[in-house]
Amino acid sequence: MTSLPAKTGRKLGLVIDLDTCVGCHACVISCKGWNTENYGAPLSDMDAYGATPEGTFLNRVHTFEVARPAAPPMVVHFPKSCLHCDDAPCVTVCPTGASYKRVEDGIVLVNETDCIGCGLCAWACPYGAREMDAAAKVMKKCTLCVDRIYNENLPAQDREPACVRTCPSGARHFGDLADPDSDVSRLVAARGGFDLMPEQGTQPVNKYLPPRGRDTLQAPDLASLCDPVTDSATGFLGWLDRALERL
Amino acid sequence: MHPAPSLIVFTVLSGLGFGLLVWLGLGVRAPSGMAAFILFGLGYGLSGAGLVAAAFHLGHPERALKAFSQWRSSWLSREAVLAAATLMVMAPHAAASVFAGGGLPVLGGLGAVLALATIFATAMIYAQIKAVPRWHHASTPPVFGLAALAGGALLAGLTTLALWGMLALAVAMVAHWVAGDRQFAQSGSDTGSATGLGYLGRVRLLEPPHSGQNYLLREMVYVVGRKHAHKLRLIALVLGALLPALLLMVPASYLTVALALVAHVAGMCVQRWLFFAQAEHVVGLYYGRASQD
Amino acid sequence: MPVQPDAPLSPKPSDEVRKTTCYMCACRCGINVHMKGGRVAYIEGNRDHPVNKGVLCAKGSAGIMQHLSPARLRAPLKRVGPRGSGEFQEISWDEALAIATDWLKPLRDTAPEKLAFFTGRDQSQSFTGWWAQSFGTPNWAAHGGFCSVNMAAAGIYTMGGAFWEFGQPDWDRTKLFLLFGVAEDHDSNPIKMGLGKLKARGARVIGINPIRSGYNAIADDWVGITPGTDGLFILSLVHELLRAGQIDLNYLIRYTNAPYLVNAHDGPQKGMFLRDKDGKPMVRDRRTGQALAWDTPDVAPDLAAGVVLGGVEHLPVFRHLADRYLSPDYAPDAVAERCGIPAARIRAIAAEIARVAFDEEITLRQPWTDFRGKRHETMVGRPVAMHAMRGVSAHSNGFQTARALHMLQILIGSVETPGGFRFKPPYPKPPEAHPRPHARHAPGQPLDGPHLGYPLGPEHLLINDDGSAKRIDKAFSWDAPLSAHGLMHMVISNAHAGDPYEIDTLFLYMANMAWNSSMNTSAVMDMLTDKNSNGSYRIPRIIYSDAYSSEMVAFADLVLPDTTYLERHDCISLLDRPICEADALADSIRWPVVAPDRDVRPFQSVLLDLGARLNLPGMVNADGTPKYSDYADYITNHERRPGVGPLAGWRNGDGTGNGRGTPNPDQIARYIENGGFWSTHIPENAQFFKPWNAAYQDWAVAHGLYDSPQPYLFNLYLEPLRKFQLAAEGHGHRQPPDHLRARLIQTMDPLPIWYSTFTDAETDPAEYPLHALTQRPMAHYHSWGSQNAWLRQIHGDTPLYVSGDIWVRHHFQTGDWATLTSPHGRITLPVVRMDALNPQTVWTWNAIAKRRGAWALDPAAPEATKSSLLNHLIHELLPPKGDGMRWSNSDPVTGQAAWYDLRVRIEKAPAHQTTSAPAHPAQTSPVPPAPRDMAHQVKE
Repeated sequence: MTSLPAKTGRKLGLVIDLDTCVGCHACVISCKGWNTENYGAPLSDMDAYGATPEGTFLNRVHTFEVARPAAPPMVVHFPKSCLHCDDAPCVTVCPTGASYKRVEDGIVLVNETDCIGCGLCAWACPYGAREMDAAAKVMKKCTLCVDRIYNENLPAQDREPACVRTCPSGARHFGDLADPDSDVSRLVAARGGFDLMPEQGTQPVNKYLPPRGRDTLQAPDLASLCDPVTDSATGFLGWLDRALERL
Repeated sequence: MHPAPSLIVFTVLSGLGFGLLVWLGLGVRAPSGMAAFILFGLGYGLSGAGLVAAAFHLGHPERALKAFSQWRSSWLSREAVLAAATLMVMAPHAAASVFAGGGLPVLGGLGAVLALATIFATAMIYAQIKAVPRWHHASTPPVFGLAALAGGALLAGLTTLALWGMLALAVAMVAHWVAGDRQFAQSGSDTGSATGLGYLGRVRLLEPPHSGQNYLLREMVYVVGRKHAHKLRLIALVLGALLPALLLMVPASYLTVALALVAHVAGMCVQRWLFFAQAEHVVGLYYGRASQD
Repeated sequence: MPVQPDAPLSPKPSDEVRKTTCYMCACRCGINVHMKGGRVAYIEGNRDHPVNKGVLCAKGSAGIMQHLSPARLRAPLKRVGPRGSGEFQEISWDEALAIATDWLKPLRDTAPEKLAFFTGRDQSQSFTGWWAQSFGTPNWAAHGGFCSVNMAAAGIYTMGGAFWEFGQPDWDRTKLFLLFGVAEDHDSNPIKMGLGKLKARGARVIGINPIRSGYNAIADDWVGITPGTDGLFILSLVHELLRAGQIDLNYLIRYTNAPYLVNAHDGPQKGMFLRDKDGKPMVRDRRTGQALAWDTPDVAPDLAAGVVLGGVEHLPVFRHLADRYLSPDYAPDAVAERCGIPAARIRAIAAEIARVAFDEEITLRQPWTDFRGKRHETMVGRPVAMHAMRGVSAHSNGFQTARALHMLQILIGSVETPGGFRFKPPYPKPPEAHPRPHARHAPGQPLDGPHLGYPLGPEHLLINDDGSAKRIDKAFSWDAPLSAHGLMHMVISNAHAGDPYEIDTLFLYMANMAWNSSMNTSAVMDMLTDKNSNGSYRIPRIIYSDAYSSEMVAFADLVLPDTTYLERHDCISLLDRPICEADALADSIRWPVVAPDRDVRPFQSVLLDLGARLNLPGMVNADGTPKYSDYADYITNHERRPGVGPLAGWRNGDGTGNGRGTPNPDQIARYIENGGFWSTHIPENAQFFKPWNAAYQDWAVAHGLYDSPQPYLFNLYLEPLRKFQLAAEGHGHRQPPDHLRARLIQTMDPLPIWYSTFTDAETDPAEYPLHALTQRPMAHYHSWGSQNAWLRQIHGDTPLYVSGDIWVRHHFQTGDWATLTSPHGRITLPVVRMDALNPQTVWTWNAIAKRRGAWALDPAAPEATKSSLLNHLIHELLPPKGDGMRWSNSDPVTGQAAWYDLRVRIEKAPAHQTTSAPAHPAQTSPVPPAPRDMAHQVKE
């Protein structure tokens, strides 16, 4: 099963807006909560209250700083989880068939009962999207909440990934990127969505929207916009008197 | 990459074992009786021990049999299949050599091809990984292959072959290092491409996602000092190939061959340690590890 | 072809969803608690809830780990070791309540002021205050004094409401949003949702903050201002807008006191409004030139000219305002260096404000009628919104800075207009509609009124005839006349010093005063453990209630363990800190979605029990039996005013009462049925111009927010401040002590001013060249996050972020540590480079650092070994300046703790430094050791 499907019916994935993400980690923890309770083994936390706590997370938010020539430095919050690549190297390396890409929607999953915990898929992933759970000894990864998006026990409006549902600033979007008319595809087209590490040849489904231009405010001096009132207080009074008459 | 002892031991030992089996299968060395018992035993023992060591690396060794299923796509699965096939196909040849005073050349030859393929598959497990540019290079299989063949020849007492093998190995190791040192830069991956923000300016990690450790950092973001690495490279080169070659140039004796073997195994352990420890995974770019250029 | 495995597509997420209110911070979002077999399995946001509309932050989603925290206290505790040691004995509730009663009863009977009762992140202040009032002590407040009272008080005094609980930007319409200072810590989900709306529309966000993190990272334009200079920057914007005539004169005339005539004649009336015989402020009528009462029908108020009456000139407020801010002192070129912002940038921002406010005016086709009876066919808005919180507030010039910010909003006509800033009911509410502070106490008697309020002049100060303070925290004294939230951060040092008097029992609720909630933390721990010469403690008794093993627990003599937020009843009441939206009135509850598995009780129920044992009025029936069985009973049946109780929804026996009505025994059940909250919408014609909108005023009265319509004008000029200035100038019978006169005259200016923070003014920049700030990470709330297995992995230490400038100058390298030194102390912590930072500023995360032994953490946890608090560098008093006095490190108007005034110098720590400093010895943990590994999954 670790051969990749020649073509998937849909390409479900996330579009993450780097212009909007404030770096609050809401998606990180809602993911942790849902996936600890659902899909396979719980996400463990080793030495949870100790000197070296280390848990499994399927989604993490990094923060980068960008030094720009002749402009103030930028800070960009950068959430990252599995990109559900079309050409997913993590799938083809799996010796047991535990890793697979779903034919119907392109979601990359690990069937935990087949996972021998060799870790090779995590090596093959350029993005660090897979983490071996230290307690369950199986590979964990973002499931795109496959157990939410089709879940008949959830209200229809909740059938989206937990991270998308919880994101307070609306920086995460979920949809079918194979459909050029979907909201996410339109967003990607309109805002110039891009792939991470395209040179790795993985063809990620998830896209990132770039931050909009920063520090571009160059409004002209007010005085040139309107009739300057004057710098003196008496001149101001004259203006005020005229303005009040006009009211 | 984290230099896991189990993986270092596995690749060195199983390489030696399958290398030995190549020569035994091809009949370049055709022992019989007790000698065959010892040599085939060594071949099976080393490759078997390597596989056991590899199983220690697994989170769920009890499910290891499932690894035989995906040979169509997975080099790791292929390695398992080929290793098992080698050991099975070679078994009648070995038995005949021990008990019947002579091998079965067809099966032996087939076994040798399979053993070679196993060694290649092991190398390809690493070489296929694009995310580790140092490994993802044509020089990776030769290093694994030559190490196995030279070490196997040494074990088999094929000193001339071993000598040439060691010299070739030395060249392959150096080539792998020289090429490897450029690989990350040539991969095209940097913090700018990893974040897609490179068009804005110089991108630098400000805050990691979590203040503590995680699996990715432990497993894939291993940092070894450059000075330290140079010293270790020298040790690996000398012990793993040059010293054995030198010892093989003097008249052969059990002592020199044994010394050469000890030096080679020690040197290959260092080489394998470096193979992992110096391999930078591109995921490090998300954790503030710029390539060591 | 092999078959693809079947993924589990439709697991049952829970067998029941219980909807309650989050308490992982003070936002009070609605949450769905998914239950499996009676256990908490998963928490998500409630889509129907007015606050968060389904979203939830990291803290909220991690609530399950708070509920399972190993730091949860398990039973009442009696101290058996020395104070501070953490050595306790578990006792029964009977014994605990008997001890508390034995301690408090004699106090009430003889000297109720000897109980000081202060609460921290309390969300039941209207209840705890009522309890304290009933007990009769004047010494009650919550944590606002060290939080954001500058913001709250400046807002109420200026315009009848401030940010967060008082109001919000019109997120759906605003086109330009200015965010001042660190704001990630309050109203977090609504602001994030709002920013998301702005971003979705491509509206411009300007962040004014020394640090480009959090919200400022997504700001389209970042202004890396020097800390403490926001007021100067704002006044420079005002200068530019006035120069260009880009102000909303109509708005100023109709809705503000800009036309009020101010006496310009030296003497006891100088600066006071000209008033008619009914006491109504007067304006000059442009048609007649006469001074008329401001609300005379058809008056045409003048902003330019004044009147001369009896030889005394009276000029409109607006003239004073224009005269002041047109001064070249406020020109961008004059302030640029001080603020660390190029003058051209200031001019560009002013121009953008003007452009959006006036060129992109919004008009809603919504008729409405103002309080003068005039009908307007449309609602015209200026789509520029602003927000500020702690960053502006926690400075010794914070009150006036917040006033300046509100003045800016008002000058462009963007308050309560479409696209601007909107109040949330029960606000707007001017200072006159709030109570005055009260402190008259007598043995065995309740206090004469509510503790806190808004003084309108020196006559409302809580001082004795000799000028000494009536309250232990010296709130509402000349030291901090408008300390509307009390001064909790002064309680321990004052109680320790016996100044203004000694107390007997310090009773604290969820306030970590022995650690991250105090300035001068180490000294506070010493004060709590200090003894008299006879061996007794300086602060004789300390009772503490908390749900968790915080640092403060170790300093209590008696610990009353509280429940977690999933195990209790609460009401988020309109009488307290409401959760309303700009277009809706709302309140909510918490209810026990699980029962505690420990011998703990909800604090409010315990307080009612204690009140009944103490026979407090309102808490016992005529026969002496307890009036309320628990807090839920109180929530349902208590009436603050006839028909107005803690919850506004489903009042009356039949549940038809909205806002007003008799108690309804099924009220809490109705809330639970509705998802834990109640909400009712403001009619369309009442949604803007609320202070002046007749429809809104009538609606507010109908819903119990006011007892009669309360229209009012905004106070650009704040006359009560002038009264304090007059007193300081020697007028009136209540006179401040001489040493405070000059400062009162300077800082109680009735028009917004900017002055250097006291620390800046008195610090030698060569010795302490840097500003040091803390901010709270969005994934943590105060000290709570560190006991949470998920959240502590995100922020487990406190690196010190320094600018590239400092980094290079001090030759820092990755992995280095730095020592920060202030006039008051030193801390050492790891250092990290950050270029998107004001070059003169360093910062770290707040309240991550923990004392060894607290919060059930391993003593080697990074929170203890790689973290420190800036609190160690901050003193509640300024360094001595040679005048023989110690001045308070706080805002002179409100007493707000000036956390962000801190100045430091930095040095590279020695190479062997691997542990943060100071390193206090471990406390004995009052709870058992935490489990090592967690993999929590509730099996069905």
